[in-house]
Amino acid sequence: MNVLGLFYYWVFAVLLMVGFYAVIAKPNYVKKLIGLSIFQAAVFLLYITMGKIEDGTAPIFQAAENVYSNPLPQVLILTAIVVGISTTALGLGIVVRIREEYGSIEETDIKERDRK
Amino acid sequence: MTTIAHHLPALQVIVPMLTAPLVMLLKPAGLARAAAIAASLFAFAIAIAMTMGVLDGHIYTYRMGSWPAPYGIELAVDRFSVLVLLIVTGASSFALLAGQRSVDADISHDRQPLFYSAWLLALAGLSGIPVSADAFNIFVFMEISSLASYVLIAGGSNRRALPAVFKYLIMGTIGATFYLIGIGLIYLMTGTLNLEDMAQRISGVEDVNPIIVAAGFVTVGLALKAAIFPLHVWLPNAYTYAPNTVTVFLAACGTKVSIYLLLRFDLAVFQGNLVEHAFHFAAFLMPLAVLGILVGSTVAMFEKDIKRLLAYSSIAQIGYILLGASLVTIAGLTASTLHIFNHALAKGTLFLAVACLATQCTGYRLSQLGGAAKKMPWTAGALVVSGFSLIGIPGTAGFISKWYLISAAYEQGSLGIALIVVLVISSLMAVVYIWRIVESIYFGEPTSDLSSVREAPIAMLVLTWAAALLNIYFGLVPELPVSLSSSAADILLGPTP
Repeated sequence: MNVLGLFYYWVFAVLLMVGFYAVIAKPNYVKKLIGLSIFQAAVFLLYITMGKIEDGTAPIFQAAENVYSNPLPQVLILTAIVVGISTTALGLGIVVRIREEYGSIEETDIKERDRK
Repeated sequence: MTTIAHHLPALQVIVPMLTAPLVMLLKPAGLARAAAIAASLFAFAIAIAMTMGVLDGHIYTYRMGSWPAPYGIELAVDRFSVLVLLIVTGASSFALLAGQRSVDADISHDRQPLFYSAWLLALAGLSGIPVSADAFNIFVFMEISSLASYVLIAGGSNRRALPAVFKYLIMGTIGATFYLIGIGLIYLMTGTLNLEDMAQRISGVEDVNPIIVAAGFVTVGLALKAAIFPLHVWLPNAYTYAPNTVTVFLAACGTKVSIYLLLRFDLAVFQGNLVEHAFHFAAFLMPLAVLGILVGSTVAMFEKDIKRLLAYSSIAQIGYILLGASLVTIAGLTASTLHIFNHALAKGTLFLAVACLATQCTGYRLSQLGGAAKKMPWTAGALVVSGFSLIGIPGTAGFISKWYLISAAYEQGSLGIALIVVLVISSLMAVVYIWRIVESIYFGEPTSDLSSVREAPIAMLVLTWAAALLNIYFGLVPELPVSLSSSAADILLGPTP
């Protein structure tokens, strides 16, 4: 196992941390949601990577010998993508409502306005 | 066995899930409400039927689409699952039946069908988690229930509900994604998503490091969802600013379902397969449980807002549940699962009583509730009874689980004595914060004119008192929850040698 052989897993780890950092460090609600999306996309990559093997094709039975990738993780991730989109959409919907009520989407502003 | 009985595990989820879109289309709000209540009661009846089934020694398994496990999705209902199912469907039914006036006050009539639709989706998701035996399927149910509960909480009339929900959404999604990473790593090593199959195949894995990492991700992710201290920060505001009926529903079962899953994963899947898992599990969760109990109770003692006070008390009570579990003994887990049931009962009733108060009083600050008991004696009475159950006064349900918890701790020697001290201190703290509520509603000076205040609507009172009497009933006749939770402990730790 060398570092390059695990390239996709490194990308997974980096993306995960980039997303996580944005969620925690950014005070802007939309930026937080973008971070959350990156965070989730990293996990999609983890699943897709584990299902793929070199020279693997689609799992269709052929008479000749064939190597195929595991389709199940991709199916799982299709579901997880739908979940992710719904979460982002709902999050953005809430941000719109927050903008209507508070006139701002910055966490610091909203905390200040709630203190009054 | 009849065919219908065979399909009960699937119907448990399908009934609320398919009623949800239907409810959304029903135009007069009353009709939507009636349909939602019918679906919820039907789900409650299914849960009761399955409880009777498992008490007869039956274990329900159901293969979705007839695909054999572990290839297909399997549903499995045992004695631990029905305990959680009873709480979820019961809390939903009580809250819906009692909540008409409360929902009318918070949600405008044209939006009510949407509200009830989201409610049923939350019910479907929350009951799907205990029913399913497939890790990924559980993730999907978890997200269905979470997304629906974000919508429900955001329905609150106070604008502060919105930032509270946003925080819950961010933290809830991070928790669910951690869980997803965890099961991904397990799938990578074992090639299975079926919980039972997973437990068997992990023992054959040579390199256990990914499994250990997976255990960490699953535990932390679910701890976020279950609001275990210090990952509880989303909970107080979410409970405080949610519409009252939603608070009743979610406070009774929202976090309990995540704790159910946490116990099932950590004890039934990892416990037998990882070296010294019990030690790491206890070393991680016991300090958090103790801190949660002490910090939650302390904050509750000084809180001025009744809903927020009860929310912080929930954090302390989650600590009790974890404390029992972190002993990793049969007695400890019996106490823990029993407290899941009894706390749901006590906190659900308390929030029902708060919902009754809210129909008449101007706000939720303790000072604004001053003297309400004079005009609302029945509501105040139910509040006191369920408060006693929360404290653990003998004769109420709360006493039974605290008794079990203390006897489980006592078996542990000197460490157990220290834990008993913590339990006693926090029970005294509970006396303080419940007394502060009692003091203000019975003896407090009214801040506003009380002449227009009258008793809460009769339907709400009946339901609140029914729940309060259940607290007493299960305090005097605790056989049902005790037998379910002692079997749950056996299921989690494997049969006793």
